[in-house]
Amino acid sequence: MKTYNDSVHFYGRIWVALGIFLMIMVPVSTCVYYDAWPAFEHVFKGLLGVAPIFWTVGIIEVFTYAPMLGTGGTYLGFITGNLTSLKVPAALNAMQAANVEATSEEGEVISTIAIATSAIVTTLIIALGVLMLGYLQPLLESPVLTPAFDNILPALFGGLGVVYISKNWKIAIAPLVFMIVLFVLVPSLASSVGVLVPVGALVCIGVSRILYKKGKL
Amino acid sequence: MRTFNVNSPFLYGVTAVVIVYVLAQSLFFLIRASRRARELGIQTRIIKKTILSTSLFTIAPAAAILLGVITLSKFMGLPLPWLRLSILGALTYELPAASSTATAMNLSLSASITDPKAYTAIAWVMTLGIIPGIFVVLFGLKKMQSGIVSLKSKDPKWGEIFMSSMFLGMISAFVGMLFSDVRMGLPGFIPIAVALVSALLMAVEGILIKVCKWGWLEQYALPISMLGAMAASIPLTALMGC
Repeated sequence: MKTYNDSVHFYGRIWVALGIFLMIMVPVSTCVYYDAWPAFEHVFKGLLGVAPIFWTVGIIEVFTYAPMLGTGGTYLGFITGNLTSLKVPAALNAMQAANVEATSEEGEVISTIAIATSAIVTTLIIALGVLMLGYLQPLLESPVLTPAFDNILPALFGGLGVVYISKNWKIAIAPLVFMIVLFVLVPSLASSVGVLVPVGALVCIGVSRILYKKGKL
Repeated sequence: MRTFNVNSPFLYGVTAVVIVYVLAQSLFFLIRASRRARELGIQTRIIKKTILSTSLFTIAPAAAILLGVITLSKFMGLPLPWLRLSILGALTYELPAASSTATAMNLSLSASITDPKAYTAIAWVMTLGIIPGIFVVLFGLKKMQSGIVSLKSKDPKWGEIFMSSMFLGMISAFVGMLFSDVRMGLPGFIPIAVALVSALLMAVEGILIKVCKWGWLEQYALPISMLGAMAASIPLTALMGC
Protein backbone atom coordinates (compact mmCIF):
# COMPACT_ATOMS: atom_id res chain seq x y z
CA MET A 1 0.00 0.00 0.00
CA LYS A 2 1.22 3.48 -0.90
CA THR A 3 2.11 5.57 2.14
CA TYR A 4 1.57 9.35 2.36
CA ASN A 5 5.30 9.84 1.85
CA ASP A 6 5.31 7.66 -1.29
CA SER A 7 2.46 9.69 -2.76
CA VAL A 8 4.29 12.96 -1.95
CA HIS A 9 7.31 11.66 -3.89
CA PHE A 10 5.08 10.57 -6.78
CA TYR A 11 3.20 13.88 -7.14
CA GLY A 12 6.24 15.93 -6.13
CA ARG A 13 8.29 14.51 -9.00
CA ILE A 14 5.49 15.22 -11.49
CA TRP A 15 5.16 18.84 -10.28
CA VAL A 16 8.94 19.37 -10.30
CA ALA A 17 9.37 17.81 -13.78
CA LEU A 18 6.59 20.02 -15.16
CA GLY A 19 8.07 23.01 -13.32
CA ILE A 20 11.48 22.43 -14.94
CA PHE A 21 9.79 22.12 -18.33
CA LEU A 22 7.93 25.42 -17.79
CA MET A 23 11.09 27.20 -16.60
CA ILE A 24 12.94 26.14 -19.76
CA MET A 25 9.97 27.02 -21.94
CA VAL A 26 10.13 30.66 -20.77
CA PRO A 27 13.35 31.53 -22.71
CA VAL A 28 12.45 29.05 -25.50
CA SER A 29 9.03 30.63 -26.16
CA THR A 30 10.49 34.15 -25.97
CA CYS A 31 13.21 33.22 -28.51
CA VAL A 32 10.64 31.64 -30.83
CA TYR A 33 8.07 34.47 -30.50
CA TYR A 34 10.59 37.24 -31.18
CA ASP A 35 12.76 35.09 -33.44
CA ALA A 36 15.65 36.21 -31.27
CA TRP A 37 17.95 33.33 -30.38
CA PRO A 38 20.96 34.73 -28.48
CA ALA A 39 24.55 34.05 -29.50
CA PHE A 40 25.90 30.96 -27.71
CA GLU A 41 28.98 32.96 -26.78
CA HIS A 42 26.91 35.54 -24.83
CA VAL A 43 24.99 32.91 -22.88
CA PHE A 44 28.20 30.97 -22.19
CA LYS A 45 30.06 34.07 -20.99
CA GLY A 46 27.08 35.09 -18.82
CA LEU A 47 26.89 31.60 -17.33
CA LEU A 48 30.60 31.60 -16.67
CA GLY A 49 30.05 34.52 -14.27
CA VAL A 50 27.38 32.77 -12.19
CA ALA A 51 27.24 29.02 -12.84
CA PRO A 52 30.42 27.93 -10.97
CA ILE A 53 29.16 29.44 -7.71
CA PHE A 54 25.37 29.07 -8.11
CA TRP A 55 25.45 25.51 -9.45
CA THR A 56 27.57 24.55 -6.43
CA VAL A 57 25.35 26.48 -4.00
CA GLY A 58 22.17 25.10 -5.65
CA ILE A 59 23.30 21.48 -5.28
CA ILE A 60 24.62 22.01 -1.73
CA GLU A 61 21.31 23.67 -0.76
CA VAL A 62 19.41 20.48 -1.64
CA PHE A 63 21.53 18.41 0.73
CA THR A 64 21.39 21.05 3.47
CA TYR A 65 17.75 22.12 3.30
CA ALA A 66 15.96 18.91 2.27
CA PRO A 67 16.27 17.33 5.74
CA MET A 68 14.86 20.54 7.30
CA LEU A 69 12.02 21.07 4.81
CA GLY A 70 10.76 17.48 4.57
CA THR A 71 9.66 15.75 1.36
CA GLY A 72 6.68 17.91 0.29
CA GLY A 73 8.40 21.08 1.48
CA THR A 74 11.49 20.31 -0.64
CA TYR A 75 9.52 19.56 -3.83
CA LEU A 76 7.60 22.80 -3.33
CA GLY A 77 10.38 25.00 -1.93
CA PHE A 78 12.81 24.26 -4.74
CA ILE A 79 10.27 25.32 -7.37
CA THR A 80 8.98 28.41 -5.56
CA GLY A 81 12.44 29.65 -4.49
CA ASN A 82 13.56 32.25 -1.93
CA LEU A 83 14.61 29.40 0.36
CA THR A 84 17.06 31.07 2.74
CA SER A 85 15.22 34.28 3.51
CA LEU A 86 11.72 32.84 3.48
CA LYS A 87 10.85 29.17 3.04
CA VAL A 88 13.39 27.57 5.42
CA PRO A 89 12.75 30.03 8.31
CA ALA A 90 8.97 29.74 7.71
CA ALA A 91 9.17 25.94 7.98
CA LEU A 92 11.45 26.00 11.06
CA ASN A 93 9.25 28.57 12.81
CA ALA A 94 6.03 26.64 12.07
CA MET A 95 7.48 23.33 13.34
CA GLN A 96 8.85 25.05 16.44
CA ALA A 97 5.50 26.76 17.20
CA ALA A 98 3.49 23.58 16.57
CA ASN A 99 5.96 21.66 18.74
CA VAL A 100 6.66 18.91 16.18
CA GLU A 101 9.93 17.20 15.19
CA ALA A 102 11.32 17.91 11.71
CA THR A 103 11.85 14.21 10.98
CA SER A 104 8.36 13.11 12.10
CA GLU A 105 5.36 12.91 9.76
CA GLU A 106 3.72 15.69 11.80
CA GLY A 107 6.79 17.85 11.10
CA GLU A 108 6.58 16.92 7.42
CA VAL A 109 2.98 18.14 7.06
CA ILE A 110 3.41 21.30 9.17
CA SER A 111 6.52 22.23 7.16
CA THR A 112 4.65 21.65 3.87
CA ILE A 113 1.69 23.77 5.07
CA ALA A 114 4.07 26.61 6.05
CA ILE A 115 6.00 26.52 2.76
CA ALA A 116 2.84 26.34 0.65
CA THR A 117 1.27 29.23 2.60
CA SER A 118 4.44 31.28 2.28
CA ALA A 119 4.61 30.64 -1.50
CA ILE A 120 0.94 31.61 -1.99
CA VAL A 121 1.21 34.77 0.14
CA THR A 122 4.46 35.82 -1.58
CA THR A 123 2.96 35.30 -5.04
CA LEU A 124 -0.15 37.28 -4.11
CA ILE A 125 1.82 40.13 -2.50
CA ILE A 126 4.12 40.44 -5.55
CA ALA A 127 1.12 40.32 -7.92
CA LEU A 128 -0.73 42.93 -5.88
CA GLY A 129 2.44 45.02 -5.62
CA VAL A 130 2.96 44.94 -9.39
CA LEU A 131 -0.67 45.97 -9.97
CA MET A 132 -0.35 48.83 -7.48
CA LEU A 133 3.22 49.72 -8.41
CA GLY A 134 2.45 53.39 -8.94
CA TYR A 135 1.32 53.72 -5.30
CA LEU A 136 3.77 51.31 -3.68
CA GLN A 137 7.04 52.15 -5.42
CA PRO A 138 7.58 55.52 -3.67
CA LEU A 139 6.78 53.92 -0.31
CA LEU A 140 9.01 50.84 -0.79
CA GLU A 141 11.86 52.94 -2.14
CA SER A 142 11.55 55.72 0.45
CA PRO A 143 14.85 56.42 2.25
CA VAL A 144 13.07 56.14 5.62
CA LEU A 145 12.28 52.45 5.02
CA THR A 146 15.60 51.55 3.40
CA PRO A 147 17.27 50.44 6.70
CA ALA A 148 14.29 48.18 7.48
CA PHE A 149 14.57 46.32 4.15
CA ASP A 150 18.39 46.24 4.42
CA ASN A 151 18.09 44.48 7.77
CA ILE A 152 15.60 41.69 7.03
CA LEU A 153 18.18 38.91 7.51
CA PRO A 154 19.51 40.21 10.89
CA ALA A 155 15.90 40.69 12.09
CA LEU A 156 15.05 37.16 10.98
CA PHE A 157 18.11 35.29 12.24
CA GLY A 158 18.25 37.22 15.55
CA GLY A 159 14.80 35.93 16.52
CA LEU A 160 15.19 32.47 15.04
CA GLY A 161 18.75 32.13 16.39
CA VAL A 162 17.90 32.88 20.02
CA VAL A 163 15.32 30.07 20.07
CA TYR A 164 17.57 27.38 18.60
CA ILE A 165 20.79 28.53 20.28
CA SER A 166 19.20 28.70 23.75
CA LYS A 167 17.72 25.20 23.30
CA ASN A 168 20.99 23.67 22.05
CA TRP A 169 23.68 25.98 23.44
CA LYS A 170 26.19 23.16 24.05
CA ILE A 171 26.39 22.30 20.36
CA ALA A 172 25.81 25.87 19.12
CA ILE A 173 28.90 27.52 20.61
CA ALA A 174 31.57 25.94 18.36
CA PRO A 175 29.95 26.65 14.93
CA LEU A 176 28.94 30.17 16.09
CA VAL A 177 32.46 31.10 17.20
CA PHE A 178 33.91 29.49 14.05
CA MET A 179 31.57 31.46 11.75
CA ILE A 180 31.96 34.80 13.57
CA VAL A 181 35.78 34.56 13.45
CA LEU A 182 35.66 33.48 9.79
CA PHE A 183 33.43 36.40 8.72
CA VAL A 184 35.41 38.96 10.74
CA LEU A 185 38.66 37.74 9.12
CA VAL A 186 37.23 37.34 5.58
CA PRO A 187 34.28 39.79 5.21
CA SER A 188 34.00 39.10 1.46
CA LEU A 189 32.57 35.65 2.30
CA ALA A 190 29.25 37.37 3.09
CA SER A 191 28.39 37.25 -0.62
CA SER A 192 28.64 33.45 -0.67
CA VAL A 193 27.09 32.60 2.67
CA GLY A 194 25.14 29.75 1.02
CA VAL A 195 28.37 27.77 0.59
CA LEU A 196 29.15 28.21 4.29
CA VAL A 197 25.83 26.77 5.52
CA PRO A 198 26.97 23.14 5.02
CA VAL A 199 30.38 24.07 6.49
CA GLY A 200 28.60 25.32 9.64
CA ALA A 201 26.48 22.15 9.65
CA LEU A 202 29.58 19.93 9.38
CA VAL A 203 31.34 21.76 12.23
CA CYS A 204 28.20 21.46 14.35
CA ILE A 205 27.65 17.76 13.50
CA GLY A 206 31.32 17.03 14.33
CA VAL A 207 31.13 18.75 17.73
CA SER A 208 27.76 17.12 18.48
CA ARG A 209 29.12 13.67 17.65
CA ILE A 210 32.08 14.13 20.00
CA LEU A 211 29.82 15.38 22.83
CA TYR A 212 27.29 12.61 22.17
CA LYS A 213 29.95 9.89 22.27
CA LYS A 214 31.26 11.34 25.57
CA GLY A 215 27.70 11.25 26.97
CA LYS A 216 27.54 15.05 27.37
CA LEU A 217 24.29 15.48 25.38
CA MET B 1 10.66 39.84 -36.47
CA ARG B 2 7.99 41.14 -34.02
CA THR B 3 8.57 44.48 -32.30
CA PHE B 4 10.21 43.79 -28.95
CA ASN B 5 9.21 45.47 -25.71
CA VAL B 6 10.33 44.38 -22.21
CA ASN B 7 6.74 44.91 -21.01
CA SER B 8 4.91 43.28 -23.92
CA PRO B 9 1.57 41.47 -23.42
CA PHE B 10 3.26 38.26 -24.64
CA LEU B 11 5.80 38.39 -21.80
CA TYR B 12 3.02 39.12 -19.29
CA GLY B 13 1.17 36.07 -20.68
CA VAL B 14 4.22 33.81 -20.19
CA THR B 15 4.64 35.17 -16.66
CA ALA B 16 0.96 34.55 -15.87
CA VAL B 17 1.25 30.88 -16.93
CA VAL B 18 4.23 30.29 -14.60
CA ILE B 19 2.64 32.17 -11.68
CA VAL B 20 -0.62 30.22 -12.02
CA TYR B 21 1.49 27.03 -12.02
CA VAL B 22 3.29 28.06 -8.81
CA LEU B 23 -0.05 28.89 -7.14
CA ALA B 24 -1.58 25.59 -8.30
CA GLN B 25 1.37 23.55 -6.99
CA SER B 26 1.31 25.39 -3.65
CA LEU B 27 -2.46 24.89 -3.28
CA PHE B 28 -2.14 21.21 -4.20
CA PHE B 29 0.49 20.61 -1.50
CA LEU B 30 -1.35 22.80 1.02
CA ILE B 31 -4.61 20.84 0.64
CA ARG B 32 -2.92 17.42 0.74
CA ALA B 33 -0.76 18.31 3.76
CA SER B 34 -3.75 19.81 5.63
CA ARG B 35 -5.79 16.63 5.00
CA ARG B 36 -2.91 14.44 6.19
CA ALA B 37 -2.44 16.66 9.25
CA ARG B 38 -6.07 16.02 10.27
CA GLU B 39 -5.62 12.27 9.74
CA LEU B 40 -2.58 12.42 12.03
CA GLY B 41 -4.70 14.05 14.71
CA ILE B 42 -3.24 17.57 14.41
CA GLN B 43 -6.00 19.93 15.51
CA THR B 44 -7.58 22.24 12.92
CA ARG B 45 -6.75 25.10 15.31
CA ILE B 46 -3.00 24.36 14.94
CA ILE B 47 -3.28 24.15 11.12
CA LYS B 48 -5.13 27.49 10.98
CA LYS B 49 -2.59 29.11 13.32
CA THR B 50 0.29 27.78 11.18
CA ILE B 51 -1.29 29.30 8.07
CA LEU B 52 -2.01 32.65 9.75
CA SER B 53 1.37 32.97 11.45
CA THR B 54 3.26 32.00 8.26
CA SER B 55 1.22 34.53 6.28
CA LEU B 56 2.15 37.28 8.75
CA PHE B 57 5.80 36.21 8.77
CA THR B 58 5.89 36.25 4.95
CA ILE B 59 4.73 39.87 4.51
CA ALA B 60 8.07 41.63 5.17
CA PRO B 61 10.30 39.27 3.10
CA ALA B 62 7.70 39.34 0.29
CA ALA B 63 7.79 43.16 0.30
CA ALA B 64 11.59 42.90 -0.02
CA ILE B 65 11.16 40.54 -2.99
CA LEU B 66 8.78 43.08 -4.55
CA LEU B 67 11.51 45.66 -4.09
CA GLY B 68 13.79 43.27 -6.01
CA VAL B 69 11.24 43.08 -8.83
CA ILE B 70 11.22 46.90 -8.98
CA THR B 71 15.05 47.02 -9.02
CA LEU B 72 15.33 44.58 -11.93
CA SER B 73 12.35 46.08 -13.79
CA LYS B 74 14.28 49.26 -14.59
CA PHE B 75 16.48 47.17 -16.84
CA MET B 76 14.36 44.19 -17.81
CA GLY B 77 10.76 45.38 -17.59
CA LEU B 78 8.28 43.92 -15.12
CA PRO B 79 7.30 40.46 -16.45
CA LEU B 80 10.67 38.62 -16.36
CA PRO B 81 11.77 39.81 -12.87
CA TRP B 82 8.23 39.13 -11.60
CA LEU B 83 8.41 35.61 -13.00
CA ARG B 84 11.98 34.92 -11.90
CA LEU B 85 11.40 36.10 -8.32
CA SER B 86 8.23 34.00 -8.06
CA ILE B 87 10.12 30.75 -8.82
CA LEU B 88 13.46 29.21 -7.85
CA GLY B 89 16.02 31.94 -7.25
CA ALA B 90 16.32 35.16 -5.31
CA LEU B 91 17.51 38.70 -6.03
CA THR B 92 20.97 37.70 -4.79
CA TYR B 93 21.15 35.31 -7.76
CA GLU B 94 19.06 37.05 -10.47
CA LEU B 95 20.96 40.35 -10.25
CA PRO B 96 24.45 38.82 -10.72
CA ALA B 97 23.05 36.62 -13.54
CA ALA B 98 21.64 39.67 -15.36
CA SER B 99 24.75 41.71 -14.68
CA SER B 100 27.16 38.95 -15.80
CA THR B 101 25.34 38.54 -19.12
CA ALA B 102 25.01 42.30 -19.65
CA THR B 103 28.76 42.66 -19.10
CA ALA B 104 29.45 39.87 -21.60
CA MET B 105 27.44 41.86 -24.17
CA ASN B 106 28.83 45.30 -23.20
CA LEU B 107 25.40 46.47 -22.08
CA SER B 108 24.65 48.91 -19.28
CA LEU B 109 22.27 47.93 -16.47
CA SER B 110 20.99 51.49 -16.20
CA ALA B 111 18.72 51.56 -19.28
CA SER B 112 15.86 49.33 -20.42
CA ILE B 113 16.85 46.54 -22.86
CA THR B 114 15.81 47.15 -26.45
CA ASP B 115 17.59 44.23 -28.14
CA PRO B 116 15.50 41.02 -27.91
CA LYS B 117 18.64 38.87 -28.28
CA ALA B 118 20.17 40.52 -25.22
CA TYR B 119 16.91 39.94 -23.34
CA THR B 120 16.73 36.24 -24.26
CA ALA B 121 20.43 35.77 -23.44
CA ILE B 122 19.74 37.08 -19.91
CA ALA B 123 16.61 34.93 -19.63
CA TRP B 124 18.66 31.82 -20.59
CA VAL B 125 21.43 32.61 -18.10
CA MET B 126 18.90 33.25 -15.30
CA THR B 127 17.26 29.89 -16.08
CA LEU B 128 20.34 27.72 -16.63
CA GLY B 129 22.45 29.27 -13.90
CA ILE B 130 20.28 27.90 -11.09
CA ILE B 131 18.59 24.80 -12.49
CA PRO B 132 20.96 21.91 -11.48
CA GLY B 133 19.69 21.92 -7.86
CA ILE B 134 16.15 21.10 -9.02
CA PHE B 135 17.43 18.11 -10.99
CA VAL B 136 19.02 16.82 -7.77
CA VAL B 137 15.59 17.20 -6.09
CA LEU B 138 13.87 15.42 -9.00
CA PHE B 139 16.20 12.43 -9.15
CA GLY B 140 17.86 12.27 -5.73
CA LEU B 141 15.40 13.39 -3.04
CA LYS B 142 13.77 9.98 -2.48
CA LYS B 143 17.14 8.32 -1.87
CA MET B 144 18.28 11.18 0.35
CA GLN B 145 15.10 11.04 2.49
CA SER B 146 15.42 7.28 2.95
CA GLY B 147 18.97 7.88 4.23
CA ILE B 148 17.63 10.33 6.81
CA VAL B 149 14.90 7.88 7.87
CA SER B 150 17.46 5.08 8.33
CA LEU B 151 19.74 7.39 10.37
CA LYS B 152 16.79 8.29 12.59
CA SER B 153 15.65 4.66 13.06
CA LYS B 154 19.17 3.35 13.87
CA ASP B 155 19.68 5.79 16.74
CA PRO B 156 16.67 8.08 17.36
CA LYS B 157 18.50 10.32 19.87
CA TRP B 158 21.45 10.89 17.53
CA GLY B 159 18.97 11.43 14.66
CA GLU B 160 17.41 14.30 16.62
CA ILE B 161 20.80 15.80 17.54
CA PHE B 162 21.88 15.47 13.89
CA MET B 163 18.84 17.47 12.73
CA SER B 164 19.39 20.16 15.39
CA SER B 165 23.03 20.37 14.23
CA MET B 166 21.86 20.97 10.64
CA PHE B 167 19.58 23.83 11.82
CA LEU B 168 22.33 25.32 13.95
CA GLY B 169 24.83 25.05 11.10
CA MET B 170 22.56 27.23 8.98
CA ILE B 171 21.83 29.68 11.81
CA SER B 172 25.58 29.93 12.69
CA ALA B 173 26.46 30.81 9.10
CA PHE B 174 23.87 33.61 8.97
CA VAL B 175 24.63 34.91 12.46
CA GLY B 176 28.35 34.88 11.57
CA MET B 177 27.58 36.84 8.40
CA LEU B 178 26.18 39.68 10.55
CA PHE B 179 29.75 40.27 11.78
CA SER B 180 31.24 40.67 8.30
CA ASP B 181 31.19 44.49 8.42
CA VAL B 182 32.42 45.06 11.98
CA ARG B 183 35.81 46.27 10.74
CA MET B 184 34.01 49.24 9.14
CA GLY B 185 33.46 50.73 12.61
CA LEU B 186 30.13 51.63 14.25
CA PRO B 187 27.92 51.35 11.12
CA GLY B 188 29.21 47.78 10.71
CA PHE B 189 27.56 46.88 14.02
CA ILE B 190 24.05 47.87 12.86
CA PRO B 191 23.10 44.32 11.69
CA ILE B 192 24.28 42.93 15.05
CA ALA B 193 22.24 45.53 16.97
CA VAL B 194 19.16 44.71 14.86
CA ALA B 195 19.65 40.96 15.47
CA LEU B 196 20.00 41.63 19.21
CA VAL B 197 16.73 43.62 19.25
CA SER B 198 15.03 40.72 17.46
CA ALA B 199 16.53 38.22 19.92
CA LEU B 200 15.48 40.38 22.88
CA LEU B 201 11.90 40.68 21.59
CA MET B 202 11.82 36.91 21.07
CA ALA B 203 13.10 36.34 24.62
CA VAL B 204 10.44 38.68 26.09
CA GLU B 205 7.77 36.86 24.08
CA GLY B 206 9.15 33.55 25.37
CA ILE B 207 8.73 34.80 28.96
CA LEU B 208 5.18 35.98 28.24
CA ILE B 209 4.34 32.56 26.76
CA LYS B 210 5.84 30.56 29.63
CA VAL B 211 5.25 32.76 32.68
CA CYS B 212 2.05 34.60 31.72
CA LYS B 213 0.70 31.55 29.81
CA TRP B 214 0.10 33.59 26.65
CA GLY B 215 0.03 30.45 24.50
CA TRP B 216 -1.59 32.29 21.56
CA LEU B 217 1.58 34.36 21.18
CA GLU B 218 3.71 31.32 20.27
CA GLN B 219 2.60 31.28 16.62
CA TYR B 220 3.19 35.02 16.16
CA ALA B 221 6.44 35.40 18.13
CA LEU B 222 8.81 35.31 15.12
CA PRO B 223 6.77 37.68 12.87
CA ILE B 224 6.46 40.16 15.79
CA SER B 225 10.17 40.06 16.71
CA MET B 226 11.19 40.31 13.07
CA LEU B 227 8.92 43.29 12.27
CA GLY B 228 9.85 44.93 15.59
CA ALA B 229 13.57 44.62 14.84
CA MET B 230 13.06 45.92 11.29
CA ALA B 231 11.24 48.95 12.72
CA ALA B 232 14.04 49.42 15.29
CA SER B 233 16.63 49.33 12.49
CA ILE B 234 15.39 52.78 11.33
CA PRO B 235 16.38 54.71 14.51
CA LEU B 236 19.40 52.40 15.03
CA THR B 237 20.71 53.26 11.56
CA ALA B 238 20.13 56.96 12.25
CA LEU B 239 22.07 56.62 15.53
CA MET B 240 24.89 54.35 14.41
CA GLY B 241 25.08 55.15 10.71
CA CYS B 242 27.46 58.10 11.30
